[in-house]
Amino acid sequence: MGRLKFLLLGVWFGIILTKAQVISWYKIRNMFFFREPDLYLIIGSGVAVGALSVFLIKRFRLRAFSGEALSIPGKDLTRGTVVGGFLFGLGWFITGTCPGPIYAQIGSGELWACFTLAGALAGAFAYAMARPKIGD
Amino acid sequence: MMLLIGGKNLGISSSFRHLCAALLPKSISKSGLDYLRGYDWRKESWNLLFAAGMVLGGCIATFLLSSHPMPVLPPEIHTPQGALKLLAGGFLIGFGTRYAAGCTSGHSIMGLSNLQKASLAATLAFFAGGLTAAALHFAFGLGGR
Repeated sequence: MGRLKFLLLGVWFGIILTKAQVISWYKIRNMFFFREPDLYLIIGSGVAVGALSVFLIKRFRLRAFSGEALSIPGKDLTRGTVVGGFLFGLGWFITGTCPGPIYAQIGSGELWACFTLAGALAGAFAYAMARPKIGD
Repeated sequence: MMLLIGGKNLGISSSFRHLCAALLPKSISKSGLDYLRGYDWRKESWNLLFAAGMVLGGCIATFLLSSHPMPVLPPEIHTPQGALKLLAGGFLIGFGTRYAAGCTSGHSIMGLSNLQKASLAATLAFFAGGLTAAALHFAFGLGGR
């Protein structure tokens, strides 16, 4: 199995995002225009299930199948959290995609999503260049 | 549908789903500079496999599991201007998610599940950005498209 499991998990996640239409530009627009609650409900139920999972994992000190202890490193609240988050929000609306679905879009045969991916790579690279100045 | 995610993921990957979600955007930063060189990306290469899997998953879902595949992007975006728009928006996504250290999966789903303050702030910022863009969209008379 080894690393193959990550590939399979990705396939699983990709299928879910596609079938749930999370990869659809129209769905993202409908979310931001408050035209339908679908994505709010999807994200909300994701958090509900996730929170329950995390709670159970912590409560029962569950381990990974490989036996290693699980830890979820926290993230610090920084200027980047807010400023970067806002910039991402703009991009989210403009492209109708957040990072994960870009991959599934490409897989679904929408090759113009490659432009989104290229832009995102450039953006990540630009952040790497800017980081010494703007920090985290 | 989310029960599917929940029920299955709980079983399959109670261990790795956090990692997958939390590190997802890292997959878009793997070369050059301190930020990009300062860690062993080979250790994170599982993340790239995960991303590759998502491409495959999108493919399987569309061509094998859908009788009527939905359009993903609107037809009018398949123009040179549309490509520029996607590039520019993609740039904001790449820059923003790295600056914020997470995206919808890492912050909104994983972070909120872990009850992290930073992730709540990030999620609010994501929607502040998206809704601002939506408001501007209206303000410039582009309507609800």
